[in-house]
This record gives sequence, C-alpha cells and structure tokens, in this order.
Amino acid sequence: MTIRLKTAATVIALLFAAGGAPAADKPTDQQIAHIAYTAGVIDIEAAKQAIATSKNPTIVEFAESMVRDHEAVNKQALDLVKKLNVTPEDNDTSKTLSKEAEAKRQELGKLTGAEFDKAYIDHEIAYHKQVNSAVETQLIPAAQNAELKSLLETGLKLFQGHQQHAERVAAELK
Amino acid sequence: MRSMVFFASLLGAAAIAVAAQAETIQVMVDRLVYTPAEVDAKVGDEIQWINKDGLVHTATVKGGWEVNLPAKKSGRLLLQEPGSFDYICRYHPNMKGRITVRP
Repeated sequence: MTIRLKTAATVIALLFAAGGAPAADKPTDQQIAHIAYTAGVIDIEAAKQAIATSKNPTIVEFAESMVRDHEAVNKQALDLVKKLNVTPEDNDTSKTLSKEAEAKRQELGKLTGAEFDKAYIDHEIAYHKQVNSAVETQLIPAAQNAELKSLLETGLKLFQGHQQHAERVAAELK
Repeated sequence: MRSMVFFASLLGAAAIAVAAQAETIQVMVDRLVYTPAEVDAKVGDEIQWINKDGLVHTATVKGGWEVNLPAKKSGRLLLQEPGSFDYICRYHPNMKGRITVRP
C-alpha cells in the first residue's frame, strides 16, 4: 500500500515538478479540474465501499461524510467548468490516480471486519495527505482562473479537515 | 375612568413591546467559517445563519440544540434561554462559533 501511494505521489511530483522544465509543463486549468474531480470521485467510491463493508458506526459515519462533502465539491466543480465553458482534460496524473485507486479497491475488497476498517482509515489519512499536498503546492499555484483557484482553496481547507477527522477515527480504533 | 385604565393598559402593552423588541442577527457561513464567530444577543433574539457554501453545515451545541444548514440555504434559531453557547459544525468540527445570550 505504502509503495503504491509513494508511486502515485512520485508520479504527481514528477509531472508537476518536471525538473528544470519550462513553466509550460504546469497543469492547465482543464487538467487541474480533471485531477481535482478525479481525486474526489476516487474518495467517494472508497467511501461507498466502506459503507457497504464496514460494521463499525464510526467508520460508516466518516465514510458518509466523505460522500457528502466530496459530492458537494464535485458538483461545484462541474458547475464551474460548465460556467467557464471549459472541458476537463484527462491527463497522466488523473490516470495514475485512477489506476492506483482501482488497485486499492481490490486490496480492500479482500478484507473484512476490523482489518478492513483499519486499512481503509489508514489509507484515507495517507490519501488525503498526498492529495492535499498536491493541491496546496501544485494545483493552487498553477490555477489560472480565480474561481477555480478559490474552489481549490476551499477544497483544501475542507480536505485538511477530512485528514484530521480520519486521524481521530484511526486513533479511536486503537 | 374606565377609559383611563384602558389607555394605561394600552401604554403598558406598548412598553412591553418595546422592551421585547427582538432582533434578527445574521451569521455568515462562508468557506467553512462563521462570521462573526462571536455574537452577543439577548433572549428573544433570533440568529440566522446564511450558508453560502455549497456544503451541508450545522450549528450544533454538544448536548444541546442543533440547526441544520443545507448547502446555499439558511437556518434560524430563536434564543430562549440566557447563557454562553459554544457551537460547532457537526460535519466540520474545525468550524467554531459562540453565542452569548443576555437575559
């Protein structure tokens, strides 16, 4: 799990850092919108898996919060791209995120009970950490449109709260 | 005489109405922040939270009242008892506010 996460993080870092490459290598707003939306969908799907699998009310409540908030943010993102008349553009970061998420889903699918709960919440902590870091250090600075930047900033604040929430839940499980 | 009593009681009613003149105090909820975070009010006042976020929020006193604030909607609470109330959003507990209610 850790290795896969690191791979995803490395790909994100590589894509954005693009050692010595010109500024043109920064993600465009169309790509940023796609990455942010994809990251949200991934967390919603993981949450749905948790709701269906877990019997722990704290885990289920956490997962329901993830569905509620990420669906709300993605709705705002869709409204925004529609308003701005931009088309989110698929890209390597989105593809890598989706691929890693699918692997994670299969891994979690083999677990049940307390094992599942722990693996799910630990992954939620790690996933939010990675995505938050990318949003803060890569996506927000690269975003050109003020409204997109603003949505990312609100999202970051929200997702940092999710990370803290996940950490509290993980501490409770112990 | 009777009319005097009637007049006096009318005055009395008017005085009560003035004393109880209740206010509606607005609290904005924007980007996961209550503004103003601290509100001074009196019994009989009403708080109106205006949720500008596209997220569901609440104003929740642990073990006390709770007001639901759907995305882009507002919610109200009539202040019926004096005291100091710390509240949070049930879903985003980093959001914090306080209402001080005078008698």
